[in-house]
Amino acid sequence: MAKEAAGSSGGPQPERSSGPGVAPDNLMVKCPKCKEILYSRDWEKNLKVCSRCNYHFRLTAHERVSLLLDPGSFVELDAAMVSVDPLNFVSRSQSYTEKLQEERAKVGLNEAAIRGYGTIEGLPLSLAVMDFRFIGGSMGSVVGEKVTRAIELGLERRWPVLVVSTSGGARMQEGFYSLLQMAKTVAALARLSEARIPYFSLITDPTTGGVTASFAMLGDVILAEPGALIAFAGPRVIEQFMHVKLPEGTVNSEFVLQHGMIDAVVHRRELRATLARLLRLYKVPEAEREQRSAPAAQSSVEAATLLSRQPSPSRAEVGGGQDGLRS
Amino acid sequence: MVYDLEFEKPLAELEKRIASLQRKGERLRPEEHVQLQEYERELRRRTEEIYRGLTAWQTVQVARHKDRPYTADFIHLMCEEFFELHGDRRVGDDHAIIGGPALFNGEPVMIIGHEKGRGMREKMYHNNGMPHPEGYHKAIRLMEQAEKFGYPVICLVDTQGAFPGLEDEERGQGSAIAASLYAMARLRVPIIAAVIGEGGSGGALAISVADRLLMLEYSIYTVAAPEAAASIIWRDKVYAPQAAEAMRISARELYALGLIDELVPEPLGGAHHNHRLAAENLKAALVHHLQELKQIPVDRLVQMRYEKYRAVGPFGFAS
Repeated sequence: MAKEAAGSSGGPQPERSSGPGVAPDNLMVKCPKCKEILYSRDWEKNLKVCSRCNYHFRLTAHERVSLLLDPGSFVELDAAMVSVDPLNFVSRSQSYTEKLQEERAKVGLNEAAIRGYGTIEGLPLSLAVMDFRFIGGSMGSVVGEKVTRAIELGLERRWPVLVVSTSGGARMQEGFYSLLQMAKTVAALARLSEARIPYFSLITDPTTGGVTASFAMLGDVILAEPGALIAFAGPRVIEQFMHVKLPEGTVNSEFVLQHGMIDAVVHRRELRATLARLLRLYKVPEAEREQRSAPAAQSSVEAATLLSRQPSPSRAEVGGGQDGLRS
Repeated sequence: MVYDLEFEKPLAELEKRIASLQRKGERLRPEEHVQLQEYERELRRRTEEIYRGLTAWQTVQVARHKDRPYTADFIHLMCEEFFELHGDRRVGDDHAIIGGPALFNGEPVMIIGHEKGRGMREKMYHNNGMPHPEGYHKAIRLMEQAEKFGYPVICLVDTQGAFPGLEDEERGQGSAIAASLYAMARLRVPIIAAVIGEGGSGGALAISVADRLLMLEYSIYTVAAPEAAASIIWRDKVYAPQAAEAMRISARELYALGLIDELVPEPLGGAHHNHRLAAENLKAALVHHLQELKQIPVDRLVQMRYEKYRAVGPFGFAS
């Protein structure tokens, strides 16, 4: 699943050396798509988008947070959460534990996702943001747990939830545990949905495999950055399996938009304003909040949803009012 | 039934000797008769021994054996009545997932499963059990129908994975799988999933979010096919056996890790040696779990299912 995670997919390298606010070693950056040479300072000012061909360079999780949230509003939670090695994964050269240590040192993050809360134009939200640099953004138990906790925080505080995806898929080294993170995150999303709290999914380059086949594709609103590789099976898998050669950029944001799988492709410079608009449009009503948090209201809410489902059994209504059952 | 796998060579040899003695029939001399019984005992002993110590990669081969009972075989052997439903009511009908209402142990259930198909023509018809998005949409339709009529859902899992074609991307393979996971997470009837052969990645998970997850003794459940995992981790398919070992994909290992609810015993030498017995064992396990699940009020059932998946995945905190 994590085919694209392996790094040979032609991903850009420069951002590795340039964290947020850190001046890159080089004055110049080369666009991997159009090969244009860009001044680092212009490139940074342009939010790491190529000024010539509009190529959106990959961002780190913290860069993404700075891009989207109100300055200083982000509070990171569970930053110290780390993967363990539940399978005692035997590798030919290096143990999984060693691999994790190496990645932590190299990337400067404890895992392939960060999570927390903050505001966009003053509107609160709970969010999880993935980082492709950490073992190809692969989803193991920690990524699954952080995404789930981000959803749960949204449920608890009645805040909208945003997940920014970039992932090669499930993490091989945690085997079946990784696969089950798909079910775990989706089950949490089902509860969020039943509580009528909006969930926004922002898909960035590249997103494939188990992440595409779970929370990335379940947003009430799904956005993507231009030109992002978005697929269940990445192009290399399709090419190998079907014995065909795909033209460059076949399965990307524009492709999935055209086929009705996402709602909009949004330029990086418009993302923050777009999310703010969505947060205003999908604001969780205060009245409902009071009604729902009152203990006695639980059963009547449930009864109401059950009744309303009989004439028109829309999926969002079935089993409504479940959120209160959670301990 | 023949022993035709690489590691079964000693068994095949014994089988050949047994067959040549059996061919004599009436003309068998008394000492040959003794010899025959000796060989049969030996075959049984060696088979038990080999199957007790199967490596992960050997288990993969058994799980993929061409004569293994498939979903259609199990339905035929376990159910008194079955009516196949077709189509996702949107685009088409995917034959890699079959399903419909069935009478199981006298009760109506909804059975849904991957079907690989036996022989060239069937394999093509069923796309070797690798579903397109329509397959998952059909599965969701059947599950929602089961919910409507209050029928428990039984899912039989046997796929290498969802089909990775360009057209599948066009029709939203990722969305379809995600939608199925979502539907199962909140379905208000009991769900039991049983892996009967290969549990391959998201394409298998999409119909196995369940109150109980059973696996046949020599089946596997993998995050990615061992070949794919090997090429991801070590850039070379030849390490598939090592990947299979490292990812702990056999039913036995997953049971030991507490990730599945029951290990269903297979006939000697694997389910492909005796479909009927394999189906009897699976049916007994399914009946047992169904009876337990039926006692649980549905709100509690859905809650327990949530908690089960919520709890999966160990992690720690860096100091």
